[in-house]
Amino acid sequence: MVSVLQGYSGLHRYGAESMIGATVALGLARELGPVLCALMIIGRVGSAFTAELGSMRNTQQIDALASMAVEPVQYLVAPRIIAATVSLPILTMIFCFFGMVGGYWVAVAYLGLDAGMFLGGVRYYLAVEDVAHGLTKSVAFGLIFSLIACSEGYHARGGARGVGLATTRSVVVSAALVLIGDYVMTSLMFHHG
Amino acid sequence: MDAAAIIRVEALVKSYEMQRILDGIQFSIQKGSITTIMGVSGAGKSVLLRHLIALERPDSGAVYVDEEDIFSMSWKRLNRMRRRLGVLFQDAALFDSLSVWDNVAFPIKEHRGLSRSQIAQRVEEKLAMVGMLRHRAKLPAELSGGMRKRVGLARALAMDPEIVFFDEPTTGLDPVTRAAIYRLIRHAHDATGGTFVIVSHDIEGVLEISDELFMLWNGKIVAQGTPEQIRDSSDPLVHQFVTGSAEGPIDVDMTSS
Repeated sequence: MVSVLQGYSGLHRYGAESMIGATVALGLARELGPVLCALMIIGRVGSAFTAELGSMRNTQQIDALASMAVEPVQYLVAPRIIAATVSLPILTMIFCFFGMVGGYWVAVAYLGLDAGMFLGGVRYYLAVEDVAHGLTKSVAFGLIFSLIACSEGYHARGGARGVGLATTRSVVVSAALVLIGDYVMTSLMFHHG
Repeated sequence: MDAAAIIRVEALVKSYEMQRILDGIQFSIQKGSITTIMGVSGAGKSVLLRHLIALERPDSGAVYVDEEDIFSMSWKRLNRMRRRLGVLFQDAALFDSLSVWDNVAFPIKEHRGLSRSQIAQRVEEKLAMVGMLRHRAKLPAELSGGMRKRVGLARALAMDPEIVFFDEPTTGLDPVTRAAIYRLIRHAHDATGGTFVIVSHDIEGVLEISDELFMLWNGKIVAQGTPEQIRDSSDPLVHQFVTGSAEGPIDVDMTSS
C-alpha cells in the first residue's frame, strides 16, 4: 500500500501511472515479499526457535533426550529447519497476495486509477520467473534463519541470561544474513535474467 | 579387573578452562548394587555422572559398561547402550510441552514396539508406583519440585533399565518428600534388581540406602566403602563430610569476594 502511494507520486510526474500495478507486483514478488516476510518470521519464529531450544538446553531436556537414545538434532532441529524452509515460501505467497490486494485497493479506491490498467500492468509485466526468483529467495531465507536460530538455541548456555543473549544474537545475525543473502541472490539473478 | 563390575571408570580426566574437574578418577560399580558418588557442591559429581552416560567426552580416560568403552562406541552402538539406562536429572528435566503421562510414555513410544494399550498399562504402572497417577494430565509447570522428581523417576524407570542414574535426587526437597524419594528408589531397586548410581551430597539419605559409596574431592576419589565404613571412617575429609562440620580439611571459602 505504501509502495503504491510512493510509486504514484514518482510515476505521476512522468504520466506513467499505468505502471503502478507492474511496479508493485514486481517489487512484491522479487524483493519486498521474500525479505519483509523473512524479517517478520525471524522476529516471530526464529526467536521462538532459539528461546525454546535454549530453554530445553538449560533445563537438561536435550540431555534427557540424548540419554533416552533419541538423537536431539534429528528430533528437535531437523523438523524445525524443514518446517521453516517449506513454510516461508508459502507465507511469502500469502504476503504477496495480500500486498497486491492492499495495493489494488489504494490504487483504485483511493487514488482513482483504472482497475483494468492496474491489473493489465500486473499481467503484462509480472512473469513466472519473477515469482520463482522470489520463492527461491524465500527458501534460502527459511534455511538461513532456521539454521541460525536452531544453532543458537541448541548451544545456548548460562541460564536465562544466556538464552536471552542467544535469542538476540539469533535475530540480529539472521536478519543481517537475510539482507546480505538478498543482495547476493539478487545480483546473481540480475546477471542470469 | 572386577568380574562383577557393570561400570568401570579408568583414569578419567576432564578440565574446563584450565581447571581440572576430574583428575584421573578410577573406580568400578558392582552389578545390582546401589552405589553413591558423594561430595561437596562443586566437587565434580554431576560432571562425572555426565561422563558415565556419555553426555560429555573426557580429556583422557575411559568408561566401560560391560567392559565396552562407551567413548569409542559408534553413535548407533551408544544409543543401543543408552536404551539400557535410565536417568533422573537434577531438576527432573521433564519435557515441559508434554503432560506427565506423555513424559513417562515418551521413551516407551520411541523404543518399544508396543501397542497403545500396552504403553498405557506400563505408564499407568510406573505412575502408580511413584504415586502420580492422578496427576497424569498435568503439565510439568503445574507440579511441585517433589512431584517433578517423582515423574522423572517414573520416566527413568519406564524402560525397565538395567542401570539407573540419579543426579541429586533430593536436592531442594523438604524432609518428608526427601524420605519418600529415597523409599521410592529403594522400592524400585528391590523390584527391578538393577544397578542404581546416585550422585548426591545428601549424606544422611544415601548412607541409608547405598550398598557402596565413593567420595569425590578435588577431582579424585578419596574414600570408598560401605555405609558403615564411611560412617566410621577416621579420614578427616570423610569425617568432616559425614558430620557436616564447617571445621576441617574441606575448605568452603565463604569469604571470597
